[in-house]
Amino acid sequence: MKKRRALSTACFVLVFSFLYLPIAVLIAFSFNESKSRSVWGGFSLKWYENLFRNEMVLKSFAVSLVIAAAAATVATVVGTMAAIGINSMGRRARGAVMAVSYVPVINPEIITGVSLMLLFVVMRTGAGSALSRLLGRETQPFGFGLGTLLIAHITFCLPYVIFNVGPKLRQLDPAIYDAALDLGCSPLQAFFKVVLPQLAPAILSAFLISLTYSIDDFIISYFTSGTVQTLPIAIYSMTKKKVSPEINALSAILFTGILAIILLSNAVDSTRERRLRRAARKEEGKA
Amino acid sequence: MKKRLLCLLLAAVLAAGLPAPAAFAEGEDAVAVAPGYDYTRFQGAGVTLNVYNWGEYIANGTDGSLDVVRAFERLTGIRVNYTTYDTNESLYAKLKSGGGDYDVIIPSDYMIGKMIAEGMLEELNLENIPNAARIGESYRSRPFDPDDRYSVAYTWGLVCIVYNTAMVDEADLAQGWGILWDEKYAGQILMFNNSRDAFAIAGKLLGNSINPRSEQDIAQAAEKLKEQKSVVQSYVMDEVFDKMSGGEAALAPYYVGDGVTMMADNPDLALFLPEEGTNLYLDAMCIPKGCRNKEAAEMFINFMCETEVALANAEYICYSSPVTDVPPLLDAALRDNELMYPDEAMLARCETMAVLPEALNSAMDKAWSDVRSYDASGGGWVMPLLLAAMLALSAIGYWRKAARRRKNQL
Amino acid sequence: MPMKKKTVWAASPYLVWMAVFIAAPLAIVLYFAFTDKAGRFTLANIMGLGAYTTVFSRSIVLAAVATAVCLVIAFPISYLLSRMRPARQRMMQMLLMLPMWMNFLLRTYAWMSLLELNGLINRFLGLFGIGPLHMINTSGAVVLGMVYNYLPYMILPLYTIMVKIDGSVIEAAQDLGANAFMVLTRVLIPLSMPGITTGITMVFVPSISTFIISRMLGGGSNLLIGDLIELQFLGNSYNYNLGSAMSVMLMVIVLLCMSFTTADTEEMEAMV
Repeated sequence: MKKRRALSTACFVLVFSFLYLPIAVLIAFSFNESKSRSVWGGFSLKWYENLFRNEMVLKSFAVSLVIAAAAATVATVVGTMAAIGINSMGRRARGAVMAVSYVPVINPEIITGVSLMLLFVVMRTGAGSALSRLLGRETQPFGFGLGTLLIAHITFCLPYVIFNVGPKLRQLDPAIYDAALDLGCSPLQAFFKVVLPQLAPAILSAFLISLTYSIDDFIISYFTSGTVQTLPIAIYSMTKKKVSPEINALSAILFTGILAIILLSNAVDSTRERRLRRAARKEEGKA
Repeated sequence: MKKRLLCLLLAAVLAAGLPAPAAFAEGEDAVAVAPGYDYTRFQGAGVTLNVYNWGEYIANGTDGSLDVVRAFERLTGIRVNYTTYDTNESLYAKLKSGGGDYDVIIPSDYMIGKMIAEGMLEELNLENIPNAARIGESYRSRPFDPDDRYSVAYTWGLVCIVYNTAMVDEADLAQGWGILWDEKYAGQILMFNNSRDAFAIAGKLLGNSINPRSEQDIAQAAEKLKEQKSVVQSYVMDEVFDKMSGGEAALAPYYVGDGVTMMADNPDLALFLPEEGTNLYLDAMCIPKGCRNKEAAEMFINFMCETEVALANAEYICYSSPVTDVPPLLDAALRDNELMYPDEAMLARCETMAVLPEALNSAMDKAWSDVRSYDASGGGWVMPLLLAAMLALSAIGYWRKAARRRKNQL
Repeated sequence: MPMKKKTVWAASPYLVWMAVFIAAPLAIVLYFAFTDKAGRFTLANIMGLGAYTTVFSRSIVLAAVATAVCLVIAFPISYLLSRMRPARQRMMQMLLMLPMWMNFLLRTYAWMSLLELNGLINRFLGLFGIGPLHMINTSGAVVLGMVYNYLPYMILPLYTIMVKIDGSVIEAAQDLGANAFMVLTRVLIPLSMPGITTGITMVFVPSISTFIISRMLGGGSNLLIGDLIELQFLGNSYNYNLGSAMSVMLMVIVLLCMSFTTADTEEMEAMV
């Protein structure tokens, strides 16, 4: 027994050190006095200062947030409606739609990015020539930018929404909806008062998943962003130049933020569970 | 679990993102500009310029230099969205595919010629750019833009070899460009990650011009580059700074200005110009077609030609400035650097890149893809084998699924 | 959900979106793959792919190696994780997934400073007199990058499946006289097969199509399909037709891989 415990601990220690070593190094060298990534020169916070004065990074962070929020919202709304519609489809139609919905999930990201870029190029040249003929002069209908970026993000978020809301929809008890109709609700009212609240957890979860995927996306944004820079694109352009430990500082901030949120949410979850358990025990005691 | 986590992430991150960057550093001296030009025309008009430049190619306020973009913003009230690219070709690809939203770009000579031929640039209104007159005579009326209608020179310079004196034997430098093929330094050699520069060096090594004149020239140069692959550590552009400063590599061909910057970071480094001669390039500022705010873009170009701005740039990026007033004002170390401001004899050994005809361009693009994907160890039989294996595996998969279905039906 | 047939129309915005932004782009890629610059039909692009077989085979081989390594590492970890107490399970699971939440580029970049000739690992080894190992800009570094980035994608499906395996099945096998190896091959692996196949898909597909890992850790000599495609579209060799042909080839490879692993609908949904 002890040997197995030791083996198991050893396994975990190895895997954890493998996973966390690079991140630990990144964070450690964000406090480095010199620019080097491997030689320690002394403790300093100057790279954090530089980071907060780096407009490009801060602006790209804002862009990432805005795009993520907008894309997640639109994707959630359209995706939820789609899930409802798909649920009412016949089996063959549903199979076909789901198969096509899988494509952005399964396809390598570079292909999604490239195909969307080609679509925008074709749309742009087509619309451009049509507009030019219409207006009699050379015009550019639109450039790549926030618009194309938003469209791309919505496109790859939609399947995740459908795959989150769909199963929950199938689990719903149809009797409750019928009961609402019997009690005098119009179908629309019944939807908003009965179905939607039940779907709420799945919808929220879908929204948050879309948010996460959108903030972290690099490859698809790289091909469809034009002049706009999201945070991952800004990081990529930073790594292509003279590397500055500002990147380390950025990693440290991102990492501590995420870690804090995970620990916080864990604590919140366990207190909630403890409270539920206490309530359940009290119920049993009463019974 | 995940839900709450992400909800909090959203909240925290929104809270952090809100105190947006309003941090305009105080106490920075205003830039002295030539009188007679109204830089404040667009104050308060909410104009944004998209400037697309090479990486590490402008004074950005670090190491005590002037933050050019910030100074421009403060002077004119125009916001600048400053992004970077790493090669002329990726700039071209971005523009061709629809990034027509850029207002100012800074390509190299041959790329400007190509863009002019393809109608991708706007004609400049030189009345809005009076400072263009400060550009020296020898940097105007170049073959790629004979009437100076589309571009205003920004920097010029030579291509040289940066080497680490501690890792390279000086005697080997006698090989000229051939040192980049030297087996002795296998795995310590870096190479340009763009087709024109790489083919220029290969061409020089073969005794040809830096501009291939026929598909044969391209094929020969490609062969040379494929030979080189076994000794190349990595194909880089601006990643070269880190690698040379950190002593990861011993030799790298690169632009003189960046070489000087690298030498400041790592005193072991030195620059070397092979006897065979090299590429003399000129980068210039242009406005892509479809720019939405041409006047603001021209204002930016004019600003870049102001003496103080050009001086700040020349001192920070260490490239040679085409503005006549600047060289006398430079540090003696920079001014007397014979690679930065070469004499006639050296200039005579240099060539500039010409605009290649469409057919040669396509041939070079294809050859570059071939060179980059070339693998000396061959293995051309692996792919069909792998394909056969995958087909077999998927056949097995289908057979298994069919067997399972049959079993379920029973 | 017995809603009236009218509700099918709720899906119409999505169907339009799907047609325009999922189906049409792929059709355009196919179009570009089979035409030349002037728009005439040609097979030259597809034929031209023959010149890049080494790149394709390298991508497949490296991705396969990375997937195998991920599987070997993830299997014991997932198993051990699934046998823990639920409270600890959640904590450990989160800690294992935490690196995945860090930005992909930063994670890959972190390995650069570790693997370089003057990087930390070589400096550490240098203390013991072990000569500087040439680690970065090799295929090994690329595989390392792939494993590091995609290991959580292998752990997650395996863990999800293994948690459902009843411990008593394993105990029963042991009671019947099976040693550890037999338990592994006769009980554990067959029961976790759905997780294995999902995990393989989720690691192989991104590995084969990455271009960041090969660019940062592989130097120039380890070009993968992703690099080649990027070269054609936003990089040096501006050639949409060739790039589209390469994309079509990549999709074919991915489809072949998927048909072998035959992941079905419910598993995919559970994964997402």
